[in-house]
Amino acid sequence: MKRFQTLVLIAVVALLWGLNYLFEENLNPYVLRVIINCGIGMILAMSLNLVNGCAGQFSLGHAGFMGVGAYISATITSVLNLSPFFQTDLGVGCAIVMGGIVASIAGYLVGLPSLRLKGDYLAIVTLGFGEIIRICFLNIEAVGGARGLSGIPPKSNFFWVYLWVVVTFIALLRLLRSSYGRAILSVRENEIAAESMGIDISHYKVVAFVVSSFFAGIAGGLFAHFQSFIDPNSFVFNKSVEAVIMVVIGGMGSLSGAILGGVIVTLLPEVLRVFEQYRMVIFPLILIVLMLVRPMGLFGHKEIWELFRRKASS
Amino acid sequence: MTVSFKGLVSFGILGILLNLGCVKKEGGSSGSSANVPSGNEIWVGEYGSMTGSESTFGVSTHKGISMAIDEINKTGGINGKKISLKSYDDQGQAAEAVTIVTKLITQDKVSLILGEVASSRSIAAGTVAQQYKIPMLSPSSTNPKVTQVGDQIFRVCFIDPFQGAVMARFAINNLKLKKAAVFRDIKADYSMGLANFFVEEYKKMGGEVVADVSYSGGDMDFKSQLTSIKSKNPDVLFVPGYYTEVGLVARQARELGLKAVLLGGDGWDSEKLTEIGGDAILGGYFSNHYSHEDQSPVVQNFVAQFKARYGEVPSGLAAQGYDAAMVAADAMKRAKEMTPRGFRDAIAETKNFQGVTGMITINEQRNAVKPAVVLKVVGPQKFSYVTTINP
Amino acid sequence: MLQAFLQNVINGLAQGSVYALVALGYTMVYGVLQFINFAHSDIFMLGAFGGFYLAKWLSPSVSNPLLLLVSVILGSMAFCVAVGLTVERIAYRPLRSAPRLNVLITAIGVSLFLENLGQVVFGADPQVFPSLIPTKSLLEGEGLVLNNIQVTVVIVSVLLMLLLHWIVRHTKLGIAMRAVSFDIEVANLMGIPTDTIIIFTFTIGSSLAGAAAILYGLSYPKIEPLLGVMIGLKAFVAAVFGGIGNIMGAAVGGIVLGLAEAFTVYYVSSTFRDAIAFGILILILLFKPAGLFGTFKREKV
Repeated sequence: MKRFQTLVLIAVVALLWGLNYLFEENLNPYVLRVIINCGIGMILAMSLNLVNGCAGQFSLGHAGFMGVGAYISATITSVLNLSPFFQTDLGVGCAIVMGGIVASIAGYLVGLPSLRLKGDYLAIVTLGFGEIIRICFLNIEAVGGARGLSGIPPKSNFFWVYLWVVVTFIALLRLLRSSYGRAILSVRENEIAAESMGIDISHYKVVAFVVSSFFAGIAGGLFAHFQSFIDPNSFVFNKSVEAVIMVVIGGMGSLSGAILGGVIVTLLPEVLRVFEQYRMVIFPLILIVLMLVRPMGLFGHKEIWELFRRKASS
Repeated sequence: MTVSFKGLVSFGILGILLNLGCVKKEGGSSGSSANVPSGNEIWVGEYGSMTGSESTFGVSTHKGISMAIDEINKTGGINGKKISLKSYDDQGQAAEAVTIVTKLITQDKVSLILGEVASSRSIAAGTVAQQYKIPMLSPSSTNPKVTQVGDQIFRVCFIDPFQGAVMARFAINNLKLKKAAVFRDIKADYSMGLANFFVEEYKKMGGEVVADVSYSGGDMDFKSQLTSIKSKNPDVLFVPGYYTEVGLVARQARELGLKAVLLGGDGWDSEKLTEIGGDAILGGYFSNHYSHEDQSPVVQNFVAQFKARYGEVPSGLAAQGYDAAMVAADAMKRAKEMTPRGFRDAIAETKNFQGVTGMITINEQRNAVKPAVVLKVVGPQKFSYVTTINP
Repeated sequence: MLQAFLQNVINGLAQGSVYALVALGYTMVYGVLQFINFAHSDIFMLGAFGGFYLAKWLSPSVSNPLLLLVSVILGSMAFCVAVGLTVERIAYRPLRSAPRLNVLITAIGVSLFLENLGQVVFGADPQVFPSLIPTKSLLEGEGLVLNNIQVTVVIVSVLLMLLLHWIVRHTKLGIAMRAVSFDIEVANLMGIPTDTIIIFTFTIGSSLAGAAAILYGLSYPKIEPLLGVMIGLKAFVAAVFGGIGNIMGAAVGGIVLGLAEAFTVYYVSSTFRDAIAFGILILILLFKPAGLFGTFKREKV
């Protein structure tokens, strides 16, 4: 079984690499950009899904962690002038991972005090932290402040972004299927029951937060090295809301739902470009209608393969 | 489906090895071969913030650009060819700006791009234009770094170092006031840039900066900062922000009894300034590209037409949008070949173009060389000309 | 030194009163329905615009400034109530029994919808709120400045808050509201028409927002569709600070926040102005999550 899985993985990597080559040669660059943006959206959505969907907590500050990942990794590759290593693919990858790690530390710092709070409070506190992080970057002249940080090596191509999508997916799936994951899910289902069963809910909430922030940071780092430019304006509250919409559309608690949500939310502005002016009116309307009509989103708690399994057995 | 740890690691390493091996192709071919106008149309792209917190600036600029393009088309277009404008909204986000400029170039096949107001977005999108070798003309981005992105990027406005220095010189030479306080908008790099250069020049000329405080674009209450500024007794208060805040700042400053002379930059230029600022803003001075009082037919025509078309007096941003489009059109008429490269070269050779916002000459750094005028706020929507300061 | 201190007190009080009025709306809805009405700040914004258009329409015909002011305030309150009740009916009532997370998301949706609709309808450029009563400086000695607008704001806010206090403490409606915020199911069982009470709550909350909007427009004459965002967030922090669900807490919280902002910006730094509100929020949630006057309800299993 294991050998089979390893082969599948190698095949996936090879496929991604092949697609990357194919796309860069033949695909319209704008379309390729949108596809890569979708990938980054997927990672962001999956990361938020862990907190919002699986742990049942409500984080409204995810843009902040994305920003931390973006700024830290960009600082390493562009501002600090450490060594030419950081201009290579591998170096950038390392910088992105470091960005993710710092983001997870931020997640820990934010999560630890806040996760004692109930839903609505947590939402506002996370919103507050997201804003504070953004204001901090606005005030740090070294990373450009309002002017932003430019000249970031544009290394995030299709291959790397989607490689990270696969890594994130597999890592989160593994996490959720493990006993850690089950504990996290139990927090969502019924905190009091979980606590009575001996599960330290604070601990698991924090774990969910930290892992989630790590991947949000990764998304941020990939974003920074894709755009080649970041500014505090890229990580405003609206971005956190976008992430929430992604998770909600896909179904809170479903990884495949998050992926789909990420794609939909990224594609929607492009598809709706005709209604450009009303885009920000339509988006929230979709959200409201979704909540009224189908709050479980597209997949609910389930993953896409579970839907089919259900059908098969009935 | 569980996945082993070994599998994860092995595939990660594999991925890295594979990618190191492949030679990354620099994306995109030179745009000069594509994006050549064909048939009777020349496609020009525009990107700006039509929605979002900065929409008022993007919409103003867009109005100026649209009016210019319609005018050009009515008077025969570019040697008979029509200009077709394709505008997209970047929502005030740099990421979106990059995406839509990529779209403009690769899908809509524009030969030239107009935009943006905010330097941060101009820099971000400029890298794309540079990569595809499509000329980009910014109407109002003032940060020096914008044109440093590459030889495809131009602007029709002056840059922060010049404008910041202008008001410093005015304060010292004309007003003879040596104590200044600076109140900058930390959210707008336009404001930060102007403030920095003002401070530098002011100090160089022997002035003293007694306070340097900030606000955040969108703020409504400035009383605490102004109270702090008042305690330092400045003669001059330099507020290099946008008219959206300056009016309120003036009001609250006067309410607090702060009597310093108010100075600012071209971000003040809007009919809303006196509406919001009321009596408090009267007596303030700001640097601008042109004066509405300028009796020259170019300016008067522009103002009259804009009023007729949109029902409002054009703001500085609208005027710059108009000029950007006009300069672009003029370049296209002069171009030796009707290709993006030809347009680019023609823009670079622009000399003494009589725009609404002054006599525009594009210098080697691809910035506009033009004198600044200093205007005084004398009444509701009345700014009177004080002096011209040359570069 | 003393002047600066007093000046900051004046500034803080005036700004804080506006926060307090808006905070009351948040706290009341939270008390009764147990969720944060994100859209409240946008109802505030709509009140400002409503007042703006109403003032424009009425100005030519009404010459007495006091009468004009009162009619604009009442008009704005009515408009806000209409919007608030519509939102409640369409977006919140169907979700009465849904998980709170869903309602929260819906509230965010409504808020964004109203903000962006405002941008489309009112245009991007800010509008100037007319001076309904002429500004007169009341005190101009020793560098201390106080004008009639600031005094008006504080007085009207206090009056409204006293009115609210009276309603909550001394009327049947008030008792019913408190019962519903204590335990909605039991209140229902006891025969209290919860739907009606909720409508009343929204009515009162929205009308307070409407009044606050006009007071705000008088003090800061520039209005634009994104007006509500920061104010809403800060008012919410004020409500939490005072103890969410607690009316006096919201009022006190608003004043304290106004003062804190004024002092921190003056004595510490202006760059982190917005962060102050969040800082207070985090501190209070860390050390006294129930807020100054609030109590945490123990959830029984």
